[in-house]
Amino acid sequence: MRILIVEDDTDAATYIAKALSEAGHVVDMAANGEDALEIASESHEVLIVDRMMPKLDGIQLVEQLRSDGVVTPVLFLSALGKVDDRVEGLRAGGDDYLVKPFAMAELIARVEALGRRKGTPEAQTKLVCGDLEMDLITRDVRRGDIKIDLQPREFKLLEYLMRNATRVVTRTMLLENVWGYHFDPQTNVIDVHISRLRGKIDKDFDKALLETVRGAGYRLNAAD
Amino acid sequence: MRLINTRAIRTSWFRMALGYAVLLIISVSVLFGLLYWNTAVFVAEQTEETIEVEISGLAEHYQKAGLVGLSEVIQERSRGQRLSLYLLTDPNRRPLAGNLNSWPTASKPGDWIDFEYQRPIGSRIVEHRAHARHYVLPGGYNLLVGYDVQDQVRLERRMRGSMIWIGALALILGLGGGLLMARHWLRRIDSVNKTAREIMDGDMSRRVQLSGSDDELDRLARNLNAMLDRIEALMAGLRQVTDNIAHDLRSPLNRLRSRLEVTMMDDPDKEVYRTALVDTMREADELLKTFNALLLIGEAESGLDWSKLETVDLSTQTNDVAELYEPAAEDAGITLRAEIAPDILVRGNPNLISQAIVNLLDNALKYTPSGESVVVSVGTDSAGDAFFEIADSGPGIPASEYENVLNRFVRLEGSRSTVGSGLGLSLVAAVAKLHQAQLVLKDNEPGLAVRMSFPRLLSA
Repeated sequence: MRILIVEDDTDAATYIAKALSEAGHVVDMAANGEDALEIASESHEVLIVDRMMPKLDGIQLVEQLRSDGVVTPVLFLSALGKVDDRVEGLRAGGDDYLVKPFAMAELIARVEALGRRKGTPEAQTKLVCGDLEMDLITRDVRRGDIKIDLQPREFKLLEYLMRNATRVVTRTMLLENVWGYHFDPQTNVIDVHISRLRGKIDKDFDKALLETVRGAGYRLNAAD
Repeated sequence: MRLINTRAIRTSWFRMALGYAVLLIISVSVLFGLLYWNTAVFVAEQTEETIEVEISGLAEHYQKAGLVGLSEVIQERSRGQRLSLYLLTDPNRRPLAGNLNSWPTASKPGDWIDFEYQRPIGSRIVEHRAHARHYVLPGGYNLLVGYDVQDQVRLERRMRGSMIWIGALALILGLGGGLLMARHWLRRIDSVNKTAREIMDGDMSRRVQLSGSDDELDRLARNLNAMLDRIEALMAGLRQVTDNIAHDLRSPLNRLRSRLEVTMMDDPDKEVYRTALVDTMREADELLKTFNALLLIGEAESGLDWSKLETVDLSTQTNDVAELYEPAAEDAGITLRAEIAPDILVRGNPNLISQAIVNLLDNALKYTPSGESVVVSVGTDSAGDAFFEIADSGPGIPASEYENVLNRFVRLEGSRSTVGSGLGLSLVAAVAKLHQAQLVLKDNEPGLAVRMSFPRLLSA
């Protein structure tokens, strides 16, 4: 993916760029909102925008881009972490909001999730990952020929993992998207939910689909 | 030296005193004017009435007894020191009888006239003022009946004289009284100003003096003092947060730095470096968690805008948290029971309320031994307040420690090493404070039950 980082802290931007490059992405950098307006182009799949910058700040930049018809997904980076700040960022046209400081693994996972979002057809009724299938209308989940019974929350959890199949999904992303919580319970509650889900979709099968990615989160992966 | 300078006019006390004086002078003048007018007019009317009665009496007598008879009566009445005055003249105004020597002033029949006349008092002759009426008898004879009004004149003159004195006195009293009154009030206002200045100069402990009269100024002062108390408490809280941040972040940061420094002292191999870095990163993560918790507590304690709070379905929120924790509880061999009444609504911040429930449940599960149970309940109490309660069957907390547990950063003996564990309940306490909710710890026999009860929300 080609990603544009808009961040006035050049050291921080460089670290982020390095991490994303190592994850196989192409990275451009802009030091402020005005430069970003010049640099941003159709070829960028995700914009990473710092909220507080000199000249044009992050919110203004994204509002400007959106009014210019640019629909590229935006991930806000911010030192402001209150619920109100997050709401303000998303309302301005941001697609995700990450509070500083963050783990690089978290940033990469979110950027990749945003990049995927663009290509996902809106009216998808069936999700498939290897021999695992999920029908979003009948809410049937099967692996091969075997029907799998899931609790409502397990269904939501698996749905999110399947929509982001082959990508790393962090615990925080799961908490936000499956449970709607914007805080970290600081315990292993998510791990337990994952291991339950694993017990249902992987336990009796030769190939495990749901992997744990050390230091980052989980990944649903059908490939070997 | 100027008596009144413009600055004096601009100050409130001067204007208040002047206004007070003017008001007093006006009132006194009106009052006195009324009194004067009433008295003078009344006496004058009395005089005229008496004169009229006498004229009609004399006219009647003239009809009966003729000119001679009338002259006799007038001569009779004119004798002595009476205050009545008479003069009977022929049509050519030549005196026939009476105690006046000549017609005093030009007049037409029926006129009321005022004039001065010479009155013998003892051996002296003095000029007195008189009020009289000119009456014409049949036959063209003129009759003048009057009354010495010198006493009335003197009374009026004296009243007018005292009016000036009274006016002057009212001015002095008014100004003086106004000044005293204004000074009394403004001195109290000045004392508020003085206190405000002292506080601005940095002495936060200053408070406005109360006069003890419980009047408007006292109430204002009391409110100001209450406001100052609140501000001071907030500032103290802030200071404590800063201290706590310093304490809770400095030590781990120091540890982190020491580790890096010591690692680099001798020439370690790659694996040692790696271990040190992994440890350092883990430590940094813990630091961040602590920092985030501190920020959240700060946010909750500083009090969100009450108007930004929304209607929160406590039942759903609690149920969701219970559901989130259920697998973890089961794994730990703990039975998590949810006894949740439906549709319990409160006013609040859903994110903070969820976080408070999470922290309490997390804590409860941490301290409950395997095989025991934790009960999460939502309902309304006997007072009608909505509540949620988390009851564990762990070791509990001694009742004497309840207060301390809720204080930020206070960790029970022995759990100090568990990073962040002390912040959980502090955050819960801050959330309760923000929502004006009551937080009660009680013995669950065995274990600890924590209940947060919210002010009643009647309608969504």
